[in-house]
Amino acid sequence: MNMEPTTQAIRPEAAASAPAPADCVIEARNLDLTFQTNDGPVHALKDVSLKISKGDFVSFIGPSGCGKTTFLRCIAALETPTGGSLSVNGMTPDEARRNRAYGYVFQAAGLYPWRTISKNIKLPLEIMGYSRAEQEKRVNQVLELVELSGFGGKFPWQLSGGMQQRASIARALAFDAEILLMDEPFGALDEIVRDHLNEQLLKLWARTNKTIGFVTHSIPEAVYLSTKIVVMSPRPGRIHDVIDSTLPKERPLDIRDSPEFIEIAHRVREGLRAGHGDD
Amino acid sequence: MKSLVAVLTVLAAIIALWYAACVPMNIKGVLDQAERAGAEVTPATAKARRDMSEIGLVANNSFAIGETWVQDRPRLPAPHQVAVELWETTVEKKITSKRSLIYHAQVTLSATLLGFAIGTGLGILLAVGIVHSRVMDMSVMPWAIVSQTIPIIALAPMIIVVLYSIGVQGIIPKAVISAYLSFFPVVVGMVKGLRAPDAMQLDLLKTYNANTSQGFWKLRLPSSMPYLFASLKIGIAASLVGAIVGELPTGAVAGLGARLLAGSYYGQTVQIWSALFAAAILAAALVALLGLIEKLVLSRMGVRA
Repeated sequence: MNMEPTTQAIRPEAAASAPAPADCVIEARNLDLTFQTNDGPVHALKDVSLKISKGDFVSFIGPSGCGKTTFLRCIAALETPTGGSLSVNGMTPDEARRNRAYGYVFQAAGLYPWRTISKNIKLPLEIMGYSRAEQEKRVNQVLELVELSGFGGKFPWQLSGGMQQRASIARALAFDAEILLMDEPFGALDEIVRDHLNEQLLKLWARTNKTIGFVTHSIPEAVYLSTKIVVMSPRPGRIHDVIDSTLPKERPLDIRDSPEFIEIAHRVREGLRAGHGDD
Repeated sequence: MKSLVAVLTVLAAIIALWYAACVPMNIKGVLDQAERAGAEVTPATAKARRDMSEIGLVANNSFAIGETWVQDRPRLPAPHQVAVELWETTVEKKITSKRSLIYHAQVTLSATLLGFAIGTGLGILLAVGIVHSRVMDMSVMPWAIVSQTIPIIALAPMIIVVLYSIGVQGIIPKAVISAYLSFFPVVVGMVKGLRAPDAMQLDLLKTYNANTSQGFWKLRLPSSMPYLFASLKIGIAASLVGAIVGELPTGAVAGLGARLLAGSYYGQTVQIWSALFAAAILAAALVALLGLIEKLVLSRMGVRA
């Protein structure tokens, strides 16, 4: 059992100064973002540096206001940083967005109520101009991937919240984005459904080999899913700690009772507490 | 079943109130007629009766109450008189007859539908422009609101005169007035509807790198459907009012408005009231038809029944 935290940690400064490896998918250097609001400027991100490699499952965890969602939105080019540099697949985030480099899953499933599940999954495919036959093929593929085969003809309101969220993940997987960005996708679901979806998500990740950015505020969820856990702290939003998980890739649910899991969870909790102590 | 009883009770109360109102409204006419026919009335002269209140006259001449419901030209016709007139001028008259209400209703209806189509089309176009262009939002919306503050009864003759001077007459001026009234609810409803999608749904389309027209056809337009139908129901009723108003200043010979006008020229109150009811029934039918279409469209869009 590895009890030495130093070997698990990559300090953000150290990560930023090293040359980018060839499989580096997302790289942020000294990223800054200040929102101008009516109550004055809000420093949402300060000096954020991070590298995400291909095939990583990276969780962003921290209290609200720590900038974890904002950072994810920066990667997706839904927000524009005010300082520093950010590259996605070697391009600017906006170029990456235009190249449809990522699929984004929001906290709410956001399915169109007037479209069936199949038609909802087809939405990005229609927009991107896939042929009808290709659309059908892909819908069936991703429905099978999220274990919703047979539900394609249903309308969203006929599905449970967990199934709706799976459908929205299927929608994000339907086109060939290498990156999957997920903003608290299971935040509104109950514990049991959440466990089940976490398990499914790991399987899906193993099968598709995507790079996943995952925002959460659940410690067990972050530790269970991730290869890399980014602990953030608020006011201004910044990275407090980056933990490389020592857990094996194969993770049954009961791995959460292993001392290794508890050790990592403990370190995340310590990081969150220390980050909170700053203000 | 319980609600049916309640509905019928309300209906009965309205009809009872109407019959009751006929008595004081018509009593003077009835007594004048009775006096001419040689009956004994109190007080005996028309001049003396003019100074008395209607209620007082009814109290003094209770024999005349029944007569107030069957006069030829009452000030306020009784419900059954209107019903009989409606029956005679719809079912018992040939549709081609100038006295058939169906003929007149159809004249008004065609102007209404043309105006409604123009108004709805214009309203949707304006709403699309307003939602997509800030300049249009700031320049068109205030005028649309101002346009509805001018009483249509004042504007209608001018529209007709102006159009006549450039050689446009017939159904078009009426349809223009119809459209003028019906475009507004469509603009307001569609602006609201096209702006209904929340930030998350717009962000989602952005992550797909969707263009504006894809956003319109795939998200904004479907989102606006419930708003559109609410607006259309208001719009079609306003269209009918517009078409009728458009018939008044021209001295039109056909249409429900013409029927109202002719009735008031000749003191044919029963005719006026039956034309009013025909208009109300027509409006109700149009709104109900739109409700039916709404149900079909929304159920095809997966809305829970």
